[in-house]
Amino acid sequence: MQFSGGNRRRLRLGGDQRNACYPHSLQFYLEPPSENISLIEFESLAIDRVKLLKTVENLGVSHVKGTEQYQSKLEAEIRRLKFSFRVKNEYERRRRDHISHFILRLAYCQSEDLRRWFIQQEMDLLRFRFSILPKDKIQSFLKDSHLHFEAISYEERSLREHEIIASSTSSSASKSELELESVYKIPFADALDLFRGRKVYLEDGFAYVPLKDIVAIVLNEFRAKLSKALALTARSLPAVQSDERLQPLLNHLSHSYTGQDYSTQGNAGKISLDQIDSLSTKSFPPCMRQLHKALRENHHLRHGGRMQYGLFLKGIGLTLEQALQFWKQEFIRGKMDPDKFDKGYSYNIRHSFGKEGKRTDYTPFSCMKIILTNPPGQGDYHGCPFRHSDPELLKQKLQSYKISPDGISQILDLVKGTHYQVACQKYFEMTHNVDDCGFSLSHPNQFFFESQRILTGSKDIRKESIQPEAPQPKPSVQKNKDASSALASLNSSLEVDMEGLEDYFNE
Amino acid sequence: METFDPAELPELLKLYYRRLFPYAQYYRWLNYGGVTKNYFQHREFSFTLKDDIYIRYQSFNNQSDLEKEMQKMNPYKIDIGAVYSHRPNQHNTVKLGAFQAQEKELVFDIDMTDYDDVRRCCSSADICSKCWTLMTMAIRIIDRALKEDFGFKHRLWVYSGRRGVHCWVCDESVRKLSSAVRSGIVEYLSLVKGGQDVKKKVHLSEKIHPFVRKSINIIKKYFEDYALVDQDILENKESWDKILALVPETIHEKLQQNFQKHHNSLQRWEYLKKTISSQDNTKNDKCGPWLEWEIMLQYCFPRLDINVSKGINHLLKSPFSVHPKTEK
Repeated sequence: MQFSGGNRRRLRLGGDQRNACYPHSLQFYLEPPSENISLIEFESLAIDRVKLLKTVENLGVSHVKGTEQYQSKLEAEIRRLKFSFRVKNEYERRRRDHISHFILRLAYCQSEDLRRWFIQQEMDLLRFRFSILPKDKIQSFLKDSHLHFEAISYEERSLREHEIIASSTSSSASKSELELESVYKIPFADALDLFRGRKVYLEDGFAYVPLKDIVAIVLNEFRAKLSKALALTARSLPAVQSDERLQPLLNHLSHSYTGQDYSTQGNAGKISLDQIDSLSTKSFPPCMRQLHKALRENHHLRHGGRMQYGLFLKGIGLTLEQALQFWKQEFIRGKMDPDKFDKGYSYNIRHSFGKEGKRTDYTPFSCMKIILTNPPGQGDYHGCPFRHSDPELLKQKLQSYKISPDGISQILDLVKGTHYQVACQKYFEMTHNVDDCGFSLSHPNQFFFESQRILTGSKDIRKESIQPEAPQPKPSVQKNKDASSALASLNSSLEVDMEGLEDYFNE
Repeated sequence: METFDPAELPELLKLYYRRLFPYAQYYRWLNYGGVTKNYFQHREFSFTLKDDIYIRYQSFNNQSDLEKEMQKMNPYKIDIGAVYSHRPNQHNTVKLGAFQAQEKELVFDIDMTDYDDVRRCCSSADICSKCWTLMTMAIRIIDRALKEDFGFKHRLWVYSGRRGVHCWVCDESVRKLSSAVRSGIVEYLSLVKGGQDVKKKVHLSEKIHPFVRKSINIIKKYFEDYALVDQDILENKESWDKILALVPETIHEKLQQNFQKHHNSLQRWEYLKKTISSQDNTKNDKCGPWLEWEIMLQYCFPRLDINVSKGINHLLKSPFSVHPKTEK
């Protein structure tokens, strides 16, 4: 991709050539774009797509994917951000989609977390777009793509009819429906999203996939290709980053997604160990409160719990020395041999503070991470109580925390609607006696800091403001003919746009 | 079981490594015919020595090297890791980021302690013939799925030495599987979900996937003897209350009353089944044949540790490695 400083000279393609570029509205983004665009367009496409992906993420957390509410809201947002394909001039939209995707690859290839986030949102977006594609368009898109699907013969299908129907996802699949659809035989590893949830029939290493489930395969393929591509992009990134025009934009794009990660707070050592018991009931979110209680009662926590709680404690300001003392004291109460602790557990604690091994300073887990990964099993106390506890037991727990019955029922309703973080915000409001907690919860350490803020009335702790602000209107960007003044105006408009972007994310 | 004196372990191990350990077969297995260059040489082993000294990134040039080192070190425990991009014992010389785990067998670890909430005879590291049936059922269910559903041909099941079993799947294509696919396989094989906070851990839908159906059929063969006789899960109020927690409240009273009248678990189970499938109850939509299966599955279905299976670089105790705590 080439960049020009001044006015762009766009190739004006004729109708047929345009269609040849983008024969379908959907694509796998296999080939990078090869035209020239201006920095201004580069920047605006990137920002728009980040907004789109952030929307995809937010809707995905607050709604169940695939439901009517989710679909219609997402459709509305896509339309608003001008990424919808349901317009007259499809070419322009497809081009926009194509280019913006590749620009974001540059910004989001740099770390494992960024890549994971980018892939997840792009996949959700593709899944949605696929779901609104008419059936004939699906067939032609698949036919033209690089995937090779082999439909099985009628005989083979009827032999397995019963099994295929029993495995199918739709509740009303009947024999006649199956007769009309093709069934594809695919190596099981290519149907990951289907077989992991037992949504497809497996036999001798193959998955027998009806046409309507093919989207899962498509997504799997997409994920694999994108993942590889991002790894490759990361390697050629230094060359791109050396271009001064792009560096500030790319850096800011990737940081604005992560927001606060609570890794280094500059307040290390401000908490003393004897404060922890009382802090756990006053300022800890329920997930950490539960872990602390389990630790005190059992004098032990399993690995998942040690990770989640240990990193949280680091985030609220425990130093390594304090952490070692804290865990050791408790484990010894459980009749653990101090030497065994030193050998088995202290290494891991030092490791999580970045003092061993490859010395990564691990960041405390965000709500998304706790909710979505490593669900607790028998004997575990980690996870998110709103997500992982039985509603009955959650209710009992909230009662023991002295939450009012009204508050409890509101919380349970939110949990039922899978709005786990909002439920936790409600818990915050009830325990701190405020009507509106005033923040959008995304991290346990954020809960702690907001709580401390209210309880101690101090403002010194956070780096960036996390308060929601009224969205500012995006100022118009001026186009200059002169290259250097274009750069200057770009830089200043960049700053203004960046502020707009920040506010957008803080809504 | 005979007790042993841990002090004797070093001597016994020395003997074991000189006389009994099957080096030739072991090497032949891990070398996989020498088809891929340096496959054995790039394999990570880890040794746990006396006094809990743990060394990772061991690797060997050939069988003789392996033999000599094992006889010299007399490890208390040996773990097998992945096949890496370079010789593990030289990993420090490799450029940062270039040393990667590339292939490994797909492994499963089934641990008896994960069943503590449903076994009445033992807990934590103890095992006996009454609860060992859990392992039998687990092996049958998982092995069938690995063979018939996934088409895996080379599967090795071994006793882990203390309280469970391990499975090693060694097919060539399987060794190359990504972490995501391995996770997916464990998910496919999982039905029991939830920790301390969850009472009812198995939920089936009206549609029963062939894997679930076939697993239930296997459990049915063992259920009466294992659950109703050996474990006696409906023996008394304390134990049957746990089962009642898994069925809708509407039938609790009826069950409580009638359980008192019956004399043993078998009778109570029969009554339970009848109640669940009786007309009035199926109407309310919370009862159905799957309720009976949900109970059976919660008490008998295998529980896997996903973390053992999903990581390509995960180290697992090697077959033929003696368990330091039990000397088995």
